[in-house]
Amino acid sequence: MNGTLAAVLAVSMVLFSLGLLAALSRRDAIFMLIGIEMMLAAGNLNLVAFWRYGPQPELLTGAMMALFAMAIAAGETAVGLALVLAVYRHRRTTQVEKLNTLKG
Amino acid sequence: MITTADQIFVLAKHAALSLLHGAPFWVVETASCLINLCAVLAVFLTLFALISVLERKILARIQNRYGPNRVGPCGLFQPVADGIKMLTKEDIVPRDADKVIHFLAPVAMVAPAILALGVIPYGRNMTPFSIDGGVLFFFAVGSATELAVFMAGWSSNNKYSMLGAMRAIAQMVSYELPLILTVLPVVMITGSLSPDRIVDAQAGYLLGAIPHWFVLTPWGAAAFLLFFTASLVESNRTPFDLPEGESELVAGHMTEYSGFKYATFFMAEYFGMFAVSGLAVTLFLGGWRAPMAFLTFIPSWIWFFLKLATLLFTFIWIRGTLPRVRIDQVMRLAWIFMLPMAFACIIAAAVWHYYQRGAIGWMAALLIVGAVYAGLSQILETRRKLSVRTYRFAE
Amino acid sequence: MNPGIPFILIAALTLSGALAAAILPNLVHAALSLVLAFVGLAAFYFLLGAEFIGLVQVIVYIGAVAVLIVFTILLTRPAVAQRGDLNWGGVLVAIAVMSGLLWALARTALPANATAAAPMTVMRVGQTLMGDYVWPLQTVGIVLTAALIGAVVLVMEEDR
Repeated sequence: MNGTLAAVLAVSMVLFSLGLLAALSRRDAIFMLIGIEMMLAAGNLNLVAFWRYGPQPELLTGAMMALFAMAIAAGETAVGLALVLAVYRHRRTTQVEKLNTLKG
Repeated sequence: MITTADQIFVLAKHAALSLLHGAPFWVVETASCLINLCAVLAVFLTLFALISVLERKILARIQNRYGPNRVGPCGLFQPVADGIKMLTKEDIVPRDADKVIHFLAPVAMVAPAILALGVIPYGRNMTPFSIDGGVLFFFAVGSATELAVFMAGWSSNNKYSMLGAMRAIAQMVSYELPLILTVLPVVMITGSLSPDRIVDAQAGYLLGAIPHWFVLTPWGAAAFLLFFTASLVESNRTPFDLPEGESELVAGHMTEYSGFKYATFFMAEYFGMFAVSGLAVTLFLGGWRAPMAFLTFIPSWIWFFLKLATLLFTFIWIRGTLPRVRIDQVMRLAWIFMLPMAFACIIAAAVWHYYQRGAIGWMAALLIVGAVYAGLSQILETRRKLSVRTYRFAE
Repeated sequence: MNPGIPFILIAALTLSGALAAAILPNLVHAALSLVLAFVGLAAFYFLLGAEFIGLVQVIVYIGAVAVLIVFTILLTRPAVAQRGDLNWGGVLVAIAVMSGLLWALARTALPANATAAAPMTVMRVGQTLMGDYVWPLQTVGIVLTAALIGAVVLVMEEDR
């Protein structure tokens, strides 16, 4: 490992893993959404870091990707939370393990 | 025209920094930031004390009373007495409250307000924190207030706190949209998000008497009124003070706070009001620019604070005049009146710019804003609501 | 290999916030810790010279996403702490992924220094968005509109 790029990447990797942990190990749908948000944010950090340390920072490519990713992430949260609300309205729970009606 | 009186604070700061001559760069930089921060805090804490007593006196005058007049000359030392009272009061934390969040909420409330005050240009060369995306920074830190309100309401473990916080967040989120959309035409016309550049774009005078302030264009006037209304909501002031409507919710999210924490909430509310009024002055009222060419000899910061005081007086005046509206009326206003009007402002500003910002553009912009306003008032039946009221009594 | 004191402080803030968001039992605490992690990320963007992205990060994630999460928590449940609902399989997978990623990072040669570039001003962001990226921008607009309509339709009261 050398330089600050490696340090930023290390931070974003740990952040991604924590997001994965939240998404996989929690049984509550809202927690899983929180984990997904964290993973997306880690990806964004990677994009910006690679933009800054990449060969052509004047093109703003990575930064633009990060901006679009943020917009998509906002939309994803809105739809995801709306789904959680819709499910909650029918089943009175947000625990994913209790949503097993289709299970044989 | 840069005079000594105009730049007195800048010169004082440079004199103070020259004492650090020879120190490493980061020491000077940190000292410069600290001086700016202390200046902002000192000015606005004084203003807060002054406004809190003036508000009570003005409200009293509106209601044909005297107001506070016992402590000091004309009751001007009332804030000192209030401060001592608040500091010595018992700090009560409910037993079932979430202690950490309950403690952090007032801090999270006042910090963004102070940060937001940092990007406003108070005079020529007098922006405490000059940043390229200053307006964006203002709204970014402003959006943290909603979470602070939520923290206060949730951690108190009280249904009134929770209801107040829900109302506050709902109305703040709804009005964030018109607030930002009414800033958009100004940003579009100046081509910059930096408050300094926005003030510079309003420099100059027509015939030496009419300033090039954005409020004097049709789209600017409409946007200013919308911005002002939205800022009333954002700072939870009457007639939009539903979150803390004392007749129904005790004090909203502040119900379970006492002593100095309550004072901090109070302070945050006023700081937010100062910040949003300061932004309105910067965006629409020409910032620190003098209203007429021959008045430029008066220091720029005096002009800024005069304009700020005018807006603050209007805030108080409205509080003394208008009754509180209902929550559904607040939401209705945001989504079906203010949003279309804000879009009309953007289009009118574009048309104004397209016609070289001249007389034709002025008339065209007026036409667009007027047409949308007339159309909306027909659709929304405001005419019926504004007509002479007929009263129906219970049988 | 000296990232500097600000970097270490910001990294500590971000990662502690993220860790708390991942393991705290109370949903509201987790959501507020997530906000802390987002603040740290915005500080990272400032550190990397992308002020605009940092500010957008604060507006979008703290002003919108965090408020949405908090509102959903309020609408779906009284704030009850649930204990012991950590799925250890997920923890193992996360640790495995992290060690794999860090192993890959340690074996990769990365450029040490940032190439010098003009600062990322708002003006340049705007020109790039309206120039080269105008089609992605419009598409994102459509996607967001669709998401908005979809979210509203999903939570609309059904007629019974």
